[in-house]
Amino acid sequence: MPKLIIDRQIVDNTATLLRSAEDGAFAAVPAQGTVIVPLAQYLAQKTELNARGDVGVWFAPDDEPELLGADAAALSLIAVEFPAFTDGRGFSIGRLLRERYGFTGELRAFGDVFKDTLNYLTRCGFNAFVIREDKDIGEALKGLDDFTESYQSSVAQPMPLFRRRHAS
Amino acid sequence: MYVYDELDQKIVDQRVAQFRDQTRRYLAGELTEDEFRPLRLQNGLYIQRHAPMLRVAVPYGELASRQVRVLAKIARTYDRDYGHFTTRQNLQYNWPKLEDVPQILAELATVQMHAIQTSGNCIRNTTTDQFAGVAHDEIVDPRPWCEIIREWSTFHPEFAHLPRKFKIAVNGAAEDRAAILVHDIGINVIRNEAGEVGFQIYVGGGLGRTPIIGSLIKPWLEPMHLLSYLDAVLRVYNRYGRRDNKYKARIKILVKAMTPEAFGAKVEQEWVHLKDGPTTLTQGEIDRVSKFFTAPAYESFAGDDAGFVAARQDNKGFGRWVERNVFAHKQPGYACVTLSLKHPGVAPGDVSGDQLDAIADLADKYSLGELRASHEQNLILPYVKQRDLLALWEELKALKLASPTVGLLTDVVCCPGGDFCSLANAKSIPIALAIQERFDNLDYLYDLGEIDLNMSGCMNACGHHHVGNIGILGVDKNGSEWYQVSLGGRQGVGASIGKVIGPSFAQDEMPEVIEKIINVFVAAREGEEPFIDVFDRIGMEPFKTRVYAGKPNARAPKEVADA
Ligand code: HEM
Ligand code: SF4
Repeated sequence: MPKLIIDRQIVDNTATLLRSAEDGAFAAVPAQGTVIVPLAQYLAQKTELNARGDVGVWFAPDDEPELLGADAAALSLIAVEFPAFTDGRGFSIGRLLRERYGFTGELRAFGDVFKDTLNYLTRCGFNAFVIREDKDIGEALKGLDDFTESYQSSVAQPMPLFRRRHAS
Repeated sequence: MYVYDELDQKIVDQRVAQFRDQTRRYLAGELTEDEFRPLRLQNGLYIQRHAPMLRVAVPYGELASRQVRVLAKIARTYDRDYGHFTTRQNLQYNWPKLEDVPQILAELATVQMHAIQTSGNCIRNTTTDQFAGVAHDEIVDPRPWCEIIREWSTFHPEFAHLPRKFKIAVNGAAEDRAAILVHDIGINVIRNEAGEVGFQIYVGGGLGRTPIIGSLIKPWLEPMHLLSYLDAVLRVYNRYGRRDNKYKARIKILVKAMTPEAFGAKVEQEWVHLKDGPTTLTQGEIDRVSKFFTAPAYESFAGDDAGFVAARQDNKGFGRWVERNVFAHKQPGYACVTLSLKHPGVAPGDVSGDQLDAIADLADKYSLGELRASHEQNLILPYVKQRDLLALWEELKALKLASPTVGLLTDVVCCPGGDFCSLANAKSIPIALAIQERFDNLDYLYDLGEIDLNMSGCMNACGHHHVGNIGILGVDKNGSEWYQVSLGGRQGVGASIGKVIGPSFAQDEMPEVIEKIINVFVAAREGEEPFIDVFDRIGMEPFKTRVYAGKPNARAPKEVADA
């Protein structure tokens, strides 16, 4: 069973991630188990999928959180793909989902995800990480603690350092 | 200048530990070359022609003497006893060993220095006027705003992997010495009629292969909204900047494609959500940061120092140096002194370990222990008393730091080029040296007046050749090194991009080409007219005619207009 990190715990990854075909045709949704569907599929089949339950939505870097909007708040799982860790668009997607669209469920990063980006990802609102298979997941977990202090307002710490400095 | 508290220090120390671990994993094969590259780049580490190259941040150009001593020690211990000041107010080491870099970073951290975000596709070191806080024409001291931006941009979680690098410059004076119009974001700190401080925000300027002058998208921004507005600009760029082609990935391309008006409107839309959020600056924070930049305890002088005024008259060499290398200070009886790093026979911007130590001593003796780095690759002592200038000049001469040529033709701005940089089409340093050698007659140089000569080894434009009055660009022609010359560029308030004169030249032709250009200028000049005014008046044609006269391969100007 593949693993992932959720809230600092290493657990089994039981969800099935569906990808559309090259021509954009949606994949068939299995009757059972947790599925994560592309944003376009969710938007097209929202009623059926919500009725089925156990459904999450995933974003490619160029998918717009605006299209999901306030519906995000009703979901319990959203995943964001990082095809390359140097593609930082997913950071903005994470923050928008959390800070603008009220998403409070599991926010999962997958793709080119390993130790050195977990700190930034956490601060952008991600709490779950599918570590690349060829990387040591235990080592990756330590990346969460590379930094214990930061300057900016973020999802993990909305108060920027300058507001906390002045509070004391 | 700004002094870290334990929180600032902790962030820098944790970065040292993180980078030590990344280097260890790379050397142990746990991180591939492709994975390590973006990680090391975010820490200023390039792998170049000969060895890694480490770029150390000098935030907005401010340095203390104790920091300079550590820079000297690092040059001596880990490099070939020299460092190179860059056109972005940073210091670069050309020969460190990869294994030593974590230790170098640890040494830097002991004096509140680092290499964070000095390269890579992230927000780079913020730059400003080298005379910030002391310039006679200053409207608002830009340094507190630079420090606020430094903290905001350091490990910003959302903007760690942008489409491309991102550079912010801040100006607070009447004359723009920070070149804000050729930065991704240029900030002009101004005062309105009521005397309140605010910002003008320009975006989308830049040099490189597509030189563009920045556009004003926000004519007035209140200080407390600075960071939320920057967040909005960066978010629009992070989401919509091109990532498919690195030559089209800078924000300038996005702004041009959308038009500045539409880009500005998109930013406003985003900003509506961020404005007045937690990142809104507090007066407490503005005050906390500002108090690090208050004026030092100046001695009070009624006006110019009489001894200085007399020496300037009596001693021609000193007078010349004062004319070129001493800049007018806010405070009566004080001066800002530029130490020239442009000595004949030495690459522009290079300093040895011993020179660095000596410079640190001079800063302690004459300038309250503070220095500045300029984007013209010189160093500045910002707090010198006029009555000390003569003694300082004598000491600088002995150290070969007194070339009285700041702003003149031989104050060449030049990238490392083919001698060090693997992207180069051509060497740049030997051309700079050859020009300095050809124009070694000081009287003549003085008569020529101010001429900016900028040179880059390739179209990445690290030497800012587009904004040189005379620009030189290294080009590759069938594997050999050639040079394209442009005229009429300028930086500052009326920044504009130079125009290419015609087909390129071989290396050995270059000093003569420059000489011919100068001769055309001298012949056409009226009175004390500066080079750039003569160019504006007579245009390109006379220069072109002279430079290509008798050249068999001289082509018609049309063919090269788009070169
Ligand atoms: C030696 C290795 C170096 C490499 C590999 C390198 C690489 C590059 C590249 C690829 C660009 C163009 C990026 C773009 O416009 O998209 C660039 C621009 C630039 N570099 Fe370098 N560089 C090097 C050294 C330097 C040095 C030593 C300086 C300072 C003296 C410098 C200052 C700059 C500046 C100011 C620009 C920006 C021009 C602009 O976009 O406005 N670089 N560099
Ligand atoms: S301009 Fe080109 S040659 Fe010069 S340093 Fe930049 S990348 Fe290298």
